[in-house]
Amino acid sequence: MMSVIDLSCIKMVWLRDILRYFRERSQLYGSLARPVLWLFVLGMGLRGSYGRVQDVDYTQFIFPGILAMTAIFTSVQSAVSIIWDREFGFLKEILVAPVPRTSIAVGKGLAGTTLSLIQGMIILMLAPLVNVSIPWLNILPLIGVIALLSFSLTGIGIVIAARMTSFQGFGTIMNFIIMPMWFLSGALFPFDRLPGWLTVLVRVNPLTYGVDLIRKLVLGFSYQPPLLDLLFLVGFSVITTAAAVFFFSRGEY
Amino acid sequence: MNLSIEVDELHREFRGFTAVDHISFSVDRGELFGFLGPNGAGKTTTVRMLSTLSRPTSGSARVAGFDVVHQHDMVRKSIGIIFQDPSLDDRLTARENLRFHAMIYKVPRKEVGQRIDRALEWMQLSDRADHLVRTFSGGMKRRLEIGRGLLHSPGVLFLDEPTLGLDPQTRARIWERLLDLRKTIGTTLFLTTHYMDEAENCDRIAIIDHGRIVALDTPARLKGRVQGDLVRLSTADDVSAADEIRGKYDIEVLEESSGLRLEVDDGAAFVPGLLRGLSVPVLSVSVRQPTLEDVFLRLTGREIRDEEAGEKDRLRSRIRRMGRAGR
Ligand SMILES: Nc1ncnc2c1ncn2[C@@H]1O[C@H](COP(=O)(O)OP(=O)(O)OP(=O)(O)O)[C@@H](O)[C@H]1O
Ligand SMILES: [Mg+2]
Repeated sequence: MMSVIDLSCIKMVWLRDILRYFRERSQLYGSLARPVLWLFVLGMGLRGSYGRVQDVDYTQFIFPGILAMTAIFTSVQSAVSIIWDREFGFLKEILVAPVPRTSIAVGKGLAGTTLSLIQGMIILMLAPLVNVSIPWLNILPLIGVIALLSFSLTGIGIVIAARMTSFQGFGTIMNFIIMPMWFLSGALFPFDRLPGWLTVLVRVNPLTYGVDLIRKLVLGFSYQPPLLDLLFLVGFSVITTAAAVFFFSRGEY
Repeated sequence: MNLSIEVDELHREFRGFTAVDHISFSVDRGELFGFLGPNGAGKTTTVRMLSTLSRPTSGSARVAGFDVVHQHDMVRKSIGIIFQDPSLDDRLTARENLRFHAMIYKVPRKEVGQRIDRALEWMQLSDRADHLVRTFSGGMKRRLEIGRGLLHSPGVLFLDEPTLGLDPQTRARIWERLLDLRKTIGTTLFLTTHYMDEAENCDRIAIIDHGRIVALDTPARLKGRVQGDLVRLSTADDVSAADEIRGKYDIEVLEESSGLRLEVDDGAAFVPGLLRGLSVPVLSVSVRQPTLEDVFLRLTGREIRDEEAGEKDRLRSRIRRMGRAGR
């Protein structure tokens, strides 16, 4: 039997994604434009009408949310490139090779995580522009949390890609699952001001705990105990990784 | 063990539709074995099962001595495959495609550079090695795929319509490489095609139609199944000419839209007498040796390439040429 972890396969899948990312400049700029736009346009636009939350202004408040958004969208998108690979045939080349599918999925997950960390770092560098100063000691844990969140979301992306045969379906998934999950993660508004039924949705949303933890590390306050956040986040990543491996291994392509 | 591929009652259904219907055959080590059949015959489905990409509904197959279902990782290590549809990453260069292939097939690190250079040279792509594959022509992409399929020195190479949609010159070039490969390395080659002239190059051919193998033999012996020579005849009145010939000679006369078709032992000797004796004016006549096309027609009652199939191929080769243009 093949072992489940095949390092050269993981490396190949990872390296290919990274190589292509840096080769496609437009994709790189495009994926940075969105968070920057949200941060400055939405942040500045709503700052006046929002007042202050927990002693920070609105731009500062959404900064952790924008960081989370970068991670969420970059990683899902990166994983979903599997659909492209199927469409254009390259997936067959990997699937017919003597490598375990688990390792292919893990390679994809690590690639998505790497890319979202790279983007996240760029966003982090914008922090001084919106008067956010992150304690130095929190940087490393922050990278860890973003990595964990990203890895979980590539898992979701892989499940989507494994189940989805066309790109039309992909747009639907993005609009009906990923977008709402982000909106309902407390990234854009403090959820203690929401009506009760919305609070329920926010609380069952796994992203909420990731965003909350990032907020704790960036702004110094959170709505849940950070340890609880971390527990949820770890649980979430275990579940999505298992789901990714399961669906990706099972599919016939 | 001298059998490279052993197939036993292999069967595949898609929601009740039978794509491959209990086929059995075997391929010797080092043999060049051809699967000849029209569109939809089940060629790709068979290749996919033999290369472990899809599971048989029933039956079994062994490739390089390993069971394709239960030992699929061993099978994968032993084979190379050229898919019918494109499978390169055309956002990468030729060399990068090869290097990634070497990585997942665990080609020893010391050998990688040398093997890649050799593959590029062998497929006459050295000068384009560091160009993005999306800038390649269809023929260059195909050659690169073949070079890649061979990079890890597989014992068995599957080629699913390796020359589909390519111009005759490129086809000839690819064939030259394949025949060279067989001579120098002795790789077992399993290829599917619906080009008759390509099938002629094979040691043995299985003719497949509607998922069933209808004949399996060497090209020469298959052609031997059609008696003697074929005479094609067009006359002012084909129907009465056909009746007249049937009355005079004890042979079968096929009425086709383009004229009459007869199978006789010795065409050159037969025609002068026929022309002298026939009361209907003859417009044209031709005599030729039977081809695999005739064998196919005889076995299945159809031409291998019908109009519809031609359309589908043109579309396919266009998609192949366009590559990722839509992206
Ligand atoms: N995934 C699938 N789902 C349903 N039907 C399928 C599937 N794959 C193949 N078929 C059907 O099985 C039959 C055989 O298809 P296959 O691709 O093996 O033919 P082929 O001989 O390779 O033809 P071509 O020369 O066009 O490549 C066809 O009728 C096809 O429609
Ligand atoms: Mg086919």
